[in-house]
Amino acid sequence: MDNTSKTPLWLTASALYVSALLASVFAFVIICAAEGLLEGGPTLFTSVWAPEGGSFGIVPMIAATIVISLSALALGWCVSLGCVCFVHGFGGSFASALLLSLLRVMTAVPTVVYGFASVFLLVPLVRDGLGGSGFCVFSAVLVLSLLITPTMALSMESAVAQTEESCRLAAASLGLSRAQNLVFVVLPACGKWLRASALLGFGRAAGDTMIPVMLAGNAVQYPISPLSAVRALTAHIGLVLSSDVGGTAYYSLFVAGGILLLLGAGANLLFRFIRGGKDGK
Amino acid sequence: MLLCALSAAAAFAAPLDSFVGQRGKLDIAGGTAHIPVMKEAAKRIMSKNPDIRITVAGGGSGVGVKQAGEGLVEIGNTGRALKEDEVAKYGLVTFPFAIDGVAVVVNPANKVDELSFEQIIDIYAGKITNWKEVGGEDGAINLYGREDGSGTREVFTEKAIKKSDIAPSVNVVNSNGAMKTAVAKDARAIGYVGIGHIDGSVKAPKLAGMTATQENAASGAYTIVRDLYMNTKGEPKGVSKLFIDYIYTPEGAEIIKDCGYIPLPRKK
Repeated sequence: MDNTSKTPLWLTASALYVSALLASVFAFVIICAAEGLLEGGPTLFTSVWAPEGGSFGIVPMIAATIVISLSALALGWCVSLGCVCFVHGFGGSFASALLLSLLRVMTAVPTVVYGFASVFLLVPLVRDGLGGSGFCVFSAVLVLSLLITPTMALSMESAVAQTEESCRLAAASLGLSRAQNLVFVVLPACGKWLRASALLGFGRAAGDTMIPVMLAGNAVQYPISPLSAVRALTAHIGLVLSSDVGGTAYYSLFVAGGILLLLGAGANLLFRFIRGGKDGK
Repeated sequence: MLLCALSAAAAFAAPLDSFVGQRGKLDIAGGTAHIPVMKEAAKRIMSKNPDIRITVAGGGSGVGVKQAGEGLVEIGNTGRALKEDEVAKYGLVTFPFAIDGVAVVVNPANKVDELSFEQIIDIYAGKITNWKEVGGEDGAINLYGREDGSGTREVFTEKAIKKSDIAPSVNVVNSNGAMKTAVAKDARAIGYVGIGHIDGSVKAPKLAGMTATQENAASGAYTIVRDLYMNTKGEPKGVSKLFIDYIYTPEGAEIIKDCGYIPLPRKK
């Protein structure tokens, strides 16, 4: 009674509405994926995608999604950490402010802009410099890491800024420079946030469609080299849905969606687990 | 009487005017290559007259025949001529309205001016991997193709490489525009686009001696083509008839051209 009198009705209603929407999306995808599994069955978990020949393997796509998103995460996370270190200890104040505002602007750049610019600028460079067609794991990873860097860097930065503020005086009284404070005190204290931002970045990298569609080449094969053209699960959904197919090819989309949802949900649960575990102590 | 008056008015008014005052529902299904044309026509008709509801679905030529034949849809599209038994079984009337031609394209800087069917098949199977094997400069061939379900891919697979195997390393792009961009930027690329989409950014080498042009596709001198058909069960009536009439108007021909196909005149 107390709680409801404090919470306006419309807030409760919108919270319920959003929860119901999310739950129905989850239910829809899971049910359709289950139906897809029943219809497609074992043919989905093979390595060859050739719908004309009755092969509907999506395993290379799962591998591609994992390789691309983890590589983009590894690269993007290091860059993000570098940005944060620059802003809180190693860079000049003007340059730091500039970098921060640049990162904020970057969060608002639509992915299709990155994709489009890369098709014309990055892909020819990769093609001429490294060989292949330029549409490959490497190109997609580079641009995806750029895409997820602002999100990760800003979430790290907010944690680091708070922690730094709270131990600034103590550090100064111990004679630590700002950089020393950052490296030996603040960053270790922010460990869980650094990990949490990695999970945020992973979710974005695994879930992005535009970059893999435009840059990864979309060939259904295993990512055996950085120059292999590969198809991510998200790209698969985007490509096949835009045309019109039926049968197992169609069901493979729901299974792909289900796997993506599980990846995303898994990453989020891990995020909660890490935060919850640390907060409990 | 009203219909007569309306169609008389249509003769000297804008093509969409024939739909004024009509109401009803029109379901279209079948061939996927038809979808952009059908959707654009449907959009224009429904913006002119919201009382007409037109739905456009895919499913492929087989679905087009079956659904039109069983009366589930008014117009069933096919990317091939009807078979005799289909006409006999369902009493379908067919309306060829466009030619869908597909050309193999390479980068304008590529020296290769002619390819044989065998060479195309081997290139897409991944057996020929270097341009010098087909008379070009030394360099790996970068393969580009279209996504599953693409009508362009269907024509290419059936008529150019005769349904032979395609290497898994083919880069997949999802539109004629994206294909042109990819091939125009990549000196070692090979791909294929609808003939209507060829421009200066890509080069269409001769294929087994045939030049890919709109004229050759229309005359039959170029064989990587197919006709696109609308089919109805019996002579079309009401909105279906108006729709089919509209596709054959100059405005309909514009839509067909914009989608990259060659409009066909109505068969008498």
